[in-house]
This record gives sequence, structure tokens and C-alpha cells, in this order.
Amino acid sequence: MIPTVYRVSERSVEYPGTFTLKLEVGNPEPDKLPMRFAPGQFNMLYAFGVGESAISFSGLGSGDGKLIHTIRAQGNVTRALERLRAGDSLGVRGPFGIGWPLHATVGKEVLILAGGLGLAPLRPVIYAGLLERLAATRVRLFYGARRPSELLYREELSQWGQKLDLEISVDHGDGTWPGHIGVITDPLKAAQIDGANSVAFLCGPEIMMRFCIQVLLSKGVPPNSIYLSMERNMKCAIGLCGHCQWGPNFICKDGPVFCYEDIRPWLQIRSL
Amino acid sequence: MKTIADLLHEHPFFRGLAESDLQFLASCGENCVYHKGDYLARENSPANHFFLIRSGRVAVETFVPNRGPLCLLTLHGGDIFGWSWLFPPYISAFDARALEDVRSLRLGGECLRNKCEQEPKLGFELMKRFARIATERLQSARIQLLDIYGPDHQGHPA
Repeated sequence: MIPTVYRVSERSVEYPGTFTLKLEVGNPEPDKLPMRFAPGQFNMLYAFGVGESAISFSGLGSGDGKLIHTIRAQGNVTRALERLRAGDSLGVRGPFGIGWPLHATVGKEVLILAGGLGLAPLRPVIYAGLLERLAATRVRLFYGARRPSELLYREELSQWGQKLDLEISVDHGDGTWPGHIGVITDPLKAAQIDGANSVAFLCGPEIMMRFCIQVLLSKGVPPNSIYLSMERNMKCAIGLCGHCQWGPNFICKDGPVFCYEDIRPWLQIRSL
Repeated sequence: MKTIADLLHEHPFFRGLAESDLQFLASCGENCVYHKGDYLARENSPANHFFLIRSGRVAVETFVPNRGPLCLLTLHGGDIFGWSWLFPPYISAFDARALEDVRSLRLGGECLRNKCEQEPKLGFELMKRFARIATERLQSARIQLLDIYGPDHQGHPA
């Protein structure tokens, strides 16, 4: 549980206030293996002297030991992480949590529903789909954002569109925006979906996931084929401190990815 | 050559409606093509028509002084536009502008109202369909108002 010192090898700004860090081990040891993780898991990133923040992996483990995390500067820790530049150090604990059930995609149509920063934890799944590591029949991405200037991974998005079914929706745009203007549930409602043979992975603001789940259920996607990544205030990442307790679950240990069927009762309790 | 009734039959809005009803309504309709930049409707202008979009994209907009047109929603093939023809004073609330070439069916509002008065059962069936779409648009507008991707909905700051 002692953080490993990593160094920022690359830093890129997605849009103001949201950035991606590529990290490598600070002092490589000959016998230190690269961190192995599953899509959907997270690390605790430690800004020295400020604190830790739970941040999902937003890239695939490439075998070179480098880690990729996309972060929105929102609180003290993430603002401190935003100030890091290439060569700067930070602490990393992880990987933690339960990731996306990629085994559930076998022979299914995969519906990836991302809202805002929620695309980041889903990007490893998209990569897996592009690399044909999923035994899925089809991969479809529905991505909603506030406006075109707040889309993550814009260069990659255009490439993804050539290889998978991509529906991007922004709440606010102008006539120059070629995609849908309106809420993400609109293209989801309009889509022809074989619900019984689909599996859905959702990540985004909880309210957006709730609305999307309503549409998925109306299209016949079974509750046990809907998975969502939940977010709560995670502090210890090992289910000891109780900060992220949610009903009988600890988000950090039992999640962050849950099957909708298992957590439906807790989603319906307000203020939980 | 497809008739207006055939085209009505193909559009999702009229799915499941009896053939005789479609024939009855077809006399209100005409096939229209709008080129990129053309307006299907203008804010504060008489709302004489109801549009079934067959293909292409339409922006529902309002003009904001010192800012220009503000797009609230884009509509696509299979969508409909316009219900201001249903209620007095029959004035369009928004602009509808073609973002690319748009093929549509345009039905006369007054003609439709008269048909609905003549055939209340059909009228009620159409009103149910309009109400469902109006409700969906209202729900979507409310979700947009929530600004769900804004910082207030992005979990716990850390």
C-alpha cells in the first residue's frame, strides 16, 4: 500500500481543465514488472503534499509499463496533478477495483455509452474492440458531451468512427457541428438495437446513466447485461475507510464497475 | 413512382396507421426538397405546415442578438418538425434550417386540422403520436437544462 514513485513522461491537454498524463516508473528496478490492470480499474494518484485521487485507467497496458490517466481538475488534488509537467514525480497505488466484464461481450453487440469524462474509463474497452480482443459481433459507441470543444480524444474519435459505429451528441453546438445536437438519449432511442443480444457499458454522470438505462431497458436490454461504472468519494481504495460505502458495497473494492441488476435497489435510494 | 400515401406509410411517425387513413391524409401532403441553408420554417412566421423528415439534417434554432443563431436540437431522417400548426395563433416558435439537402413530406396544417375534425378517431390517433413526441422533446430539453456534463454532475471533487 506504499505508493510507487512514477514520473510524468507526457502531458496533453484535452480541453481547458481536463488533461491526460502518461506515467512511467520513476526509478526502474530490473525485477520490477509493469503494472498489470484490467480496463475499468483505477489507480490512486498521489500529488505529494496534497493528497490522493482515484483515477481510472484511460489507456491499455502497452507492455512498456506506462500508465495513462485522463483527469479533470476539480478539487485540490486534481488541481495539483494538473500542475505536473513532464519529468515531475507523483505517487501511484494500484490497480484497484473490479473492471469491465469483457467476457460478457462474447457473441454480443457491445453498446458503449459514455458521457463527458466518462469516456476515459471506457477507452480501454474501445481499444480492446478496435484490436479485436473482444469476441463481440459489433461495437457501438454513443458519446455525449457538453459541446464540441469539450470532447475527449478528438483525433482518435475521428479514427474510431471509421472502425466502429459512432454516435456523438453534444448539448450545445452550432451549424458547423456535423453530429447530433441534443441529449445522448436521442440517438440511443433512434438506434436499432437488438436488446436481447446486447451488452451495455455505461460511464458518465450518474444522472445521464439513469436516463440511458431507461432507454436500454425499453429496448429490451436485460438488466443483467447492463454494466455501469460508479463514482463516490474513494479514499483508501481497499474497502477499509468506508468513504465510498454505497448500500452494502464499497465502490473501491466491489466496483467501480457494477452490474445494473445487482445495484438497482441502491440507485433508487436518494442521497445514498 | 411512389405516391404520397406510400411515403407516409414509410415514415416512422405514421407506422401502423391504416391504409385508408393514410390515403385520407395523403391529399394534405406534398414531397419537398430543401437545400442546405434553406429554411423549412421561420420563427414568428405563420406555421402552415407539418414536416416529416425523410433524409438529411435540420437544425431547430433561435436567433440570439449579438450571438447569431443558436441551435437547440438537430433532427434527422425519421423525425418530425412542427406542431405550431395545431394551436392558435399558428405561429412558428423556432427556425428550422436545412443543414444539408433535406427530403421531406410537407403536410398542410389547415388541411390536417380539417381532416382531424372530420375523423375524430383518426384525429385522436394523430394527437397521441404528437403528444408522445412532444413529451420526448420536453424530456430531452429538461435533460439539456440539467447540464449533466457540467462540473456539478461529475462526482466528488478530489
